[in-house]
Amino acid sequence: MDDLYRENILDHYKNPRNYGELEGATHHYHDTNPLCGDEITMFLLVGEDGRIDDVHFTGRGCAISQASASLLTERVKGKTLDEVKAVDKDTVLEDLGITLSPARVKCALLSLKTLKAAAWGLTGWPGEEAKQAAE
Amino acid sequence: MAVTARPTRSATKLDVTRIRHDFPVLSRTVHGKPLVWLDSASTSQKPRQVLEAMRVVYEEHNANIHRGVYEFSERTTAAFEDARAAVARFINAPSPREVIFVRNATEGLNLVAYAWGRDNLRKGDRVVTTVLEHHSSFVPWQQLAKDVGAELVVVDIDEEGRLRLDQMRAELKRGAKVLAITHTSNGLGVINPVKEIVAWAKAAGATTIVDAAQSAPHMRVDVQDIGCDFIAFSGHKMLGPVGSGVVWGRAALLERMRPFLYGGDMISRVSIEQTDWNELPWKFEAGTSAYVDAIGLGAAVGYLEDVGMDAIHEHEVALAARLLPQLVAEDGVTVFGPRDTRDRVGVVSFDVKGIHPHDMATLLDREGIAVRAGHHCNNPLMTRLGVSATTRASTYLYNTMEEMDALVAAVRKAKKVFGI
Repeated sequence: MDDLYRENILDHYKNPRNYGELEGATHHYHDTNPLCGDEITMFLLVGEDGRIDDVHFTGRGCAISQASASLLTERVKGKTLDEVKAVDKDTVLEDLGITLSPARVKCALLSLKTLKAAAWGLTGWPGEEAKQAAE
Repeated sequence: MAVTARPTRSATKLDVTRIRHDFPVLSRTVHGKPLVWLDSASTSQKPRQVLEAMRVVYEEHNANIHRGVYEFSERTTAAFEDARAAVARFINAPSPREVIFVRNATEGLNLVAYAWGRDNLRKGDRVVTTVLEHHSSFVPWQQLAKDVGAELVVVDIDEEGRLRLDQMRAELKRGAKVLAITHTSNGLGVINPVKEIVAWAKAAGATTIVDAAQSAPHMRVDVQDIGCDFIAFSGHKMLGPVGSGVVWGRAALLERMRPFLYGGDMISRVSIEQTDWNELPWKFEAGTSAYVDAIGLGAAVGYLEDVGMDAIHEHEVALAARLLPQLVAEDGVTVFGPRDTRDRVGVVSFDVKGIHPHDMATLLDREGIAVRAGHHCNNPLMTRLGVSATTRASTYLYNTMEEMDALVAAVRKAKKVFGI
């Protein structure tokens, strides 16, 4: 039963890193997954050099959505926006280190979706950008 | 809140072991564990008898209904109309011509809102409904009320999740054109006293629509006893195939209504200038009906009648009596809705502090247990309860006492995984 909810994920769920609103944020965005009610708000403080000096999040929802947001803030903090462009669906799933069923993948990707919307105004689901561009 | 102590029956009138043999899917395993199907409020599993009835049509006499004058078409048409008669018997409808086959309860409820509502609801009229409604019983009237400028009145529940009957009675006394009410809540499992409420609504001159999607599969539903004007339910929640559903209405009303969909089979004569409608029930069955599914539904109601609706209800009350006290006693578990078995069916919604319903459903799946996690197409109710989602276990005639215990054990295991 517990192979999915490894210690690392539960630790990030119960003790989320970089949690709380960020005063003076230059970018922020709020998004939800209407299917399950997961919510994430991402706050970025981007310096003039394009570097993410600080990143915070708030949210509520399942362990997968909240742990992935916490992991994501750790991954992007201190990186430039250019460098963050390389962070994709696979990065997030690798950081979680588990195999998710299709129904749960969106829980994991909500944080990256919200981050990309905050940074660049991209509101599509990670991994489905090509499909959206085609539309 | 006190838990009503009731003796747990070790055996009910149902022979569950025999029944389970009729459902091939119940012997499957999931993640190496025997399947425990606790999502029947979403859709039920199907017995061989239903699958066989459909196979016979497809393999032995498939042909479109009401069209051919050849042997196969006549046989299939007869089977289709037999299914209608079986459904009419099942709900004690005065006549099979009042039984209209649709895809599901949603389509049935929309049919009433469009075909009756659009021609009858006026500005300033009051539509009385409840916070317990499934979106399919709520949204059609919400939208129609907006379109015509009618008032939408939503009756609340009490702290136990039961409908506020005092409020309902008072609102109906103030006047109502429409009462749209669910017989049984798909989110909380409470049974509303619809017979009593419909009588109040009738006294106010209202037309009454009952959503029986969660009651028709689980208990005796008698449209004449309830006294309502329309009732709708889905076949796939009551052992029938997906794509089968029923809306029943009083002939006097159906005859005055315009059709919902135009097309083949629902007309008697078409000229360039005008069209005459077919008679009931075909006036409301445009295009080729899902006739094989309807025949499957006929077999399903036959199966349910053989087992006995009272026995099924009694069995599910016994299952709830086994499950509820265990969940209520569990630390950190909140059970939504009534915690005793009075006036409820086997739908148990709960939440475990610190574990989101989606995580709970994933963890239960690893134990082979299928439950629903989410808002159950019940947003107004979830908002009323102050939650975004719940975990919902729902039973049927094929569930066992052991499965109730397995659910409780798996909830405990999930708590352990989360360190709760």
